[in-house]
Amino acid sequence: MGVEEKLPSGFLLTTVEDLANYMRSNSLWPATFGLACCAIEMMAVGGGRYDLARFGMEVFRASPRQADLMIVAGRVSNKMAPVLRQIYDQMAEPKWVLSMGACASSGGMFNNYAIVQGVDHVVPVDIYLPGCPPRPEMLMDAILKLHDQIKNTKLGVNREEVVREVEAAAISAIPTHQMKGLLA
Amino acid sequence: MNNESNSNELEPLNRAERESHEVIDNGPSGFASQLKGFWVTFRTMFKKVNTVQYPEVKEATAPRFHGRHQLNRHPDGLEKCIGCELCAWACPADAIYVEGADNSEGERFSPGERYGKVYQINYLRCVFCGLCIEACPTRALTMTNEYELADDQRQKLIFEKEDLLAPLRAGMLLPPHPMYPDADDQTYYRGEVPGASPLQENIAEPNK
Repeated sequence: MGVEEKLPSGFLLTTVEDLANYMRSNSLWPATFGLACCAIEMMAVGGGRYDLARFGMEVFRASPRQADLMIVAGRVSNKMAPVLRQIYDQMAEPKWVLSMGACASSGGMFNNYAIVQGVDHVVPVDIYLPGCPPRPEMLMDAILKLHDQIKNTKLGVNREEVVREVEAAAISAIPTHQMKGLLA
Repeated sequence: MNNESNSNELEPLNRAERESHEVIDNGPSGFASQLKGFWVTFRTMFKKVNTVQYPEVKEATAPRFHGRHQLNRHPDGLEKCIGCELCAWACPADAIYVEGADNSEGERFSPGERYGKVYQINYLRCVFCGLCIEACPTRALTMTNEYELADDQRQKLIFEKEDLLAPLRAGMLLPPHPMYPDADDQTYYRGEVPGASPLQENIAEPNK
């Protein structure tokens, strides 16, 4: 009917939300947070063969103020945890955390007094990536899933609605003590 | 006292540094070396690009790559897992949880006495070392080459038995159903069962 049908699909009807999410997901600058062997794979992703520059995120920032995504690559010791939190706090909003590898996600095989059992004890994690260490493709897969997540992020009033829905779902969920095995 | 002696020692060094900062103009040879550098850049433009176009083109992994686990089935569809928990004991990261249960005549999931009732692998803990595969006495647990496992919630990364079980192939019946006629667990382990027989199917029908 209108002019929007003659233009490329949805061009005129693109909302601010879509535009903002498009910008955010395609210029995601990671902060370097390599802590162990996973960092080697993270560096490989930045290199020529896997080339993270294809997704607009080749600039690994040593300064948290200029970074949007913290890739926690490696086991986090109890002594490193406050440092990690400080780096996260110094990053400017909006910011995301990718927990790379078994150690960062849950402590992995280091179930001992020295290692934080999952980096989500310290910072909110947006995406978990299993593997020990994950191959570069796995990291890119996680990053692409995060891009998807960012593209579907709601803003403003829509965001408040989503928050309410999530809260309601969390209240009605099965409590962990009623779950079986590892889920408990 | 100390400071003075230090400054005296550093004096000749400072002088040497000042002298080394003179501008050196090599003239035409400097320009040639620049060309040499650009020549490397120019030559590289015609080389084959070694970037893997990952999400569009997925390169095959090594055939024995350690990816997601799989719980295999016998040719007639019965599960190979006998719920012995050896994988869970072998796991260095305590990522596997197994709960066995007894097979009964009415409800049979695997040949023999026992089957794995609850089978969970926590992929946040798993280090993909393959010790569980080595420990498995019936080759029920093997690894696939699937590696795209990232997710946004912890719960989703604890894989249940349904997520790990191999899909039913042609000639397989969905358990529970009885064993192949005149076969026992030994026959199954020797691989002498060709596939589900019509006799099994008839009895399995009411269970569905």
